[in-house]
Amino acid sequence: MGLAKRIIPCLDVNAGRVVKGINFVSLQDAGDPVEIARRYDEEGADELTFLDITASSDNRGLILDIIESVAKEIFIPLTVGGGVRSPDDVRRLLNVGADKISINTSAILNPNLVAEASSRFGSQCIVVAIDAKKVGNHWEVFTHGGRNSTGLDAVEWAKKMVNLGAGELLLTSMDRDGTKIGFDIALTKLISEAVEVPIIASGGVGNLQHLVDGVLLGGADAVLAASIFHYGEFTIREAKEYMTNNNVEIRL
Amino acid sequence: MMKKLKVKPHQLRGRFNLNLFDQFMIAIIDYGMGNLKSVHNAFKFIAPQIESVVTSDPMIISKAERVVFPGQGAMPDCIRELDNRGLREIVIESAMNKPFLGICIGLQMLFDKSEEGDVKGLGILEGSVNRFKSSKNLKIPHMGWNEVHQNAPHPVWKNIAANERFYFVHSYYVQELDASIKTGSAYYGNSFTAAIAYKNIFAVQFHPEKSAESGLQLLKNFISWAL
Repeated sequence: MGLAKRIIPCLDVNAGRVVKGINFVSLQDAGDPVEIARRYDEEGADELTFLDITASSDNRGLILDIIESVAKEIFIPLTVGGGVRSPDDVRRLLNVGADKISINTSAILNPNLVAEASSRFGSQCIVVAIDAKKVGNHWEVFTHGGRNSTGLDAVEWAKKMVNLGAGELLLTSMDRDGTKIGFDIALTKLISEAVEVPIIASGGVGNLQHLVDGVLLGGADAVLAASIFHYGEFTIREAKEYMTNNNVEIRL
Repeated sequence: MMKKLKVKPHQLRGRFNLNLFDQFMIAIIDYGMGNLKSVHNAFKFIAPQIESVVTSDPMIISKAERVVFPGQGAMPDCIRELDNRGLREIVIESAMNKPFLGICIGLQMLFDKSEEGDVKGLGILEGSVNRFKSSKNLKIPHMGWNEVHQNAPHPVWKNIAANERFYFVHSYYVQELDASIKTGSAYYGNSFTAAIAYKNIFAVQFHPEKSAESGLQLLKNFISWAL
């Protein structure tokens, strides 16, 4: 027995509230980030990822309050992404208790941000999020929810990000995101084999077998899912039992 | 199939005997490397009535009953920043004479030297730090929850199950050391040092402050550890 594969629920946060449908019947307040984080922790989540989807800059600071409150009570790794543009944004999030910071669009606009942030804070806390979509016979990096292509080859981009200091990659298939037909296994395997750092697979999970496939076929080190957990289709505990019974090493 | 029913983290929100911990202080050494907030949060959570401070003041560290020595990032940077703040001496002194908890790079720095940047450590313990050898099936950093085998009993392992999982994130580990001080080991490509214990020192490669209930239990044990 050795290192366990991780299950990571992702929470979308807008203006200080968790917005993607939460279906925990016993929760007092379904949008309260601390309550939701506590519930996932009790169910056995291995990490939590918060994605700040706040559009208004007035409300940007609210994610800091959330992370600060969650970090006082929940003692598992916390990753925060969305709107991270500078080393100072990274520092502010780390200072309130985030463990890892996920950088997406800003890495494309300014790849040097990844280098700067990882040399200042350590590559263990810098995650680069890559949104990839199949174009012809390869995958390209996209922005704006899969609408805009950057023209960058996803494999080359992944290697470049790791060379600049990314300690982990969060790989989302924009072809699969929201489809519930499973991860893009070919993409996951390709990137996982191309780089040394751990890969989190994301996009397309509709059932528990998809999580197993992401690990056993795609070579992912961790699987991220939002809707199957939020809408109460499966609990994290059910996911973990299923994965264990299908020969994936899991922390129970 | 479930292994066992677990304690919920907030059941560990502990109440210690107040008299016993009157004027008791835990110093978390701050030398500008990495995030100490989580470590501080964890101590405040398990022992809200015990004073814990994040500090780079040698006077405060010397007065503390418990000293925590965390570390993140690269070891050469950690050693440099420690020296820039004039903290080398107080760290060594604390490690010699009071309950002392090293975490992650705070464990690695106790040894003679590291392959990372070919740097010298504090040399409190004999041994050296090396990088995991990467391969197709071995991602680096070693990141996530791994089982920790307890090589030897210790008060800091109290109420922690055999092979309990803790959260790791690191690329280097203590490879050569006196086997008698290796009190915990884990497996990643090969068996590696997950914890060491020597006199008043206990040090872990994993992050107890990020290891849910088992990590909180370990920190609680460290507070209660009477030499």
